[in-house]
Amino acid sequence: MKVWLAQHREALLLALRRLGAAPVNSLLSLLAIGIALALPAGGQMLLANALQLAGTTSAVPQISIFMAANAERRAATEIQSRLGKYGGVKQVRLLPREETLARMKANPGLRDVIEALPANPFPDAFVVTATDDSPEAMEKLAVEFRQWPRVEHVQLDSAWVRRLDALLKLGRTAVMVLGGLLGAGLIAISFSIIRMQVLTHRAEVEVSQLLGATDAFIQRPFLYYGVLLGLGGGVVAWLLTGAAALWLRAPLSELVRLYDLSLVLQSLGARDSALLLGFAAGLGWLGAMISLRQHLR
Amino acid sequence: MIRFDRVSKRYPPGVDALSDLSFEVAGGQMVVVSGHSGAGKSTLLKLIAAVEKSTTGAVLVGGQNVSGLPRSALPYLRRRIGMVFQDQKLLFDRSVFENVMLPLSIAGFPARDAAQRVRAALEKVGLGNREKALPVMLSGGEQQRLAIARAVVNRPSLLLADEPTAHLDSETASDVARIFHEFHHVGVTVLIATYASDLFPGAKRLQLDHGRLLP
Ligand SMILES: Nc1ncnc2c1ncn2[C@@H]1O[C@H](COP(=O)(O)OP(=O)(O)O)[C@@H](O)[C@H]1O
Ligand SMILES: [Mg+2]
Repeated sequence: MKVWLAQHREALLLALRRLGAAPVNSLLSLLAIGIALALPAGGQMLLANALQLAGTTSAVPQISIFMAANAERRAATEIQSRLGKYGGVKQVRLLPREETLARMKANPGLRDVIEALPANPFPDAFVVTATDDSPEAMEKLAVEFRQWPRVEHVQLDSAWVRRLDALLKLGRTAVMVLGGLLGAGLIAISFSIIRMQVLTHRAEVEVSQLLGATDAFIQRPFLYYGVLLGLGGGVVAWLLTGAAALWLRAPLSELVRLYDLSLVLQSLGARDSALLLGFAAGLGWLGAMISLRQHLR
Repeated sequence: MIRFDRVSKRYPPGVDALSDLSFEVAGGQMVVVSGHSGAGKSTLLKLIAAVEKSTTGAVLVGGQNVSGLPRSALPYLRRRIGMVFQDQKLLFDRSVFENVMLPLSIAGFPARDAAQRVRAALEKVGLGNREKALPVMLSGGEQQRLAIARAVVNRPSLLLADEPTAHLDSETASDVARIFHEFHHVGVTVLIATYASDLFPGAKRLQLDHGRLLP
């Protein structure tokens, strides 16, 4: 066990020494891997943020119910209590017509128009959220509400929800495809770098074999080299996405505010970061392994 | 210790390097393998360490037929044999100390005792004060002694050396020869391929001629 640890430590040190022996080369390799990985990592970051955004208030799909303009308040209260008891309804918010009027009057452009009108043109309205907000369930609720007395119009904003949903699905697929492609790219980079390493250290490999080294002993420093390449590239990718998050944060918040939403762009979370580094190291190892199969012995 | 039983070695294009060779070396013996260039001396040593495999016949080392060893068993055979290669095979990007350390690392020798072993081996060949030097900074004789130190650091009971005194002036050559005599005197079985057999008086002779053993 102690011997095993010592041999791994030695292989790791040797790999580090070899990385350090050609610092410019190593740095460029890490940068190439890092940039390749930064694309899917950045995509994952944006996706996580979009999901989070979708999870905040406005992105929850809602049903808007408008009463008839001449309906009495009593009719609205009745609907409200009915909604409150209705299965599948999560939350009901009444928007009284007076409030709506006041809110609209606050808008200087609309004030004159509204004041010219003889009566309050706005009906009482409800905003309803559902426990099951799948498009199908929402549609079913809307159909139901349309039957209720004095209800004039029921609006389902599921079109928007569907669009967002589809967009997120597309995003997820894109990140996965990108991750797959660039992961394969990483394996290829590691493969060819390790091939160069084997060629560079031919003499050492041959001497080690003659002195009784096992294949595992000979492969170990090369494998560590591959892991370090992947891991280093992963760290570069992580730093790049972090920097991009910082850089995009202000303009994106601005953009999102235009839609009445709020978002502070977050870099990769702990789980995604760990995944990124783990995958990068693993793929570096895999590329090295395949390369050694081809180029040793 | 070593027994060749009707051993022949043919290299791929059809060169017969060794033909129908039979001999025996007892444990603790010192043997000089001599012969013209191309006689098959290097091939004979390579067969013992299973660097090459015999085409026919058995090569027994410590009772084990090494010609039939699977690849996975080779490391353990080689760790029991010290080898000084004709072209030395030193690692030029590693210090003298690290070159001698390599066989111990390979064998998984505990680190603390390993450093002592390395120093002892370097002392033995007179390189005690050159630990940190790189091989290029050494003279030809010193490089040869470094190769010997690396071969013996594992304390093998069998030491093989291929032309260890080639390219050395006569004084340096006899220094190097003396080192082999010392190992012989402490019981190590020593096989040396060389033209300069007079440097090893008292050794058993195996004379090769075009791959055949002369009587
Ligand atoms: N790897 C090889 N491939 C083909 N022929 C070889 C190889 N090694 C040695 N030979 C041939 O085998 C014969 C014996 O070589 P060698 O054992 O090196 O002789 P020595 O060491 O006595 O000079 C020579 O004819 C040489 O050319
Ligand atoms: Mg030779």
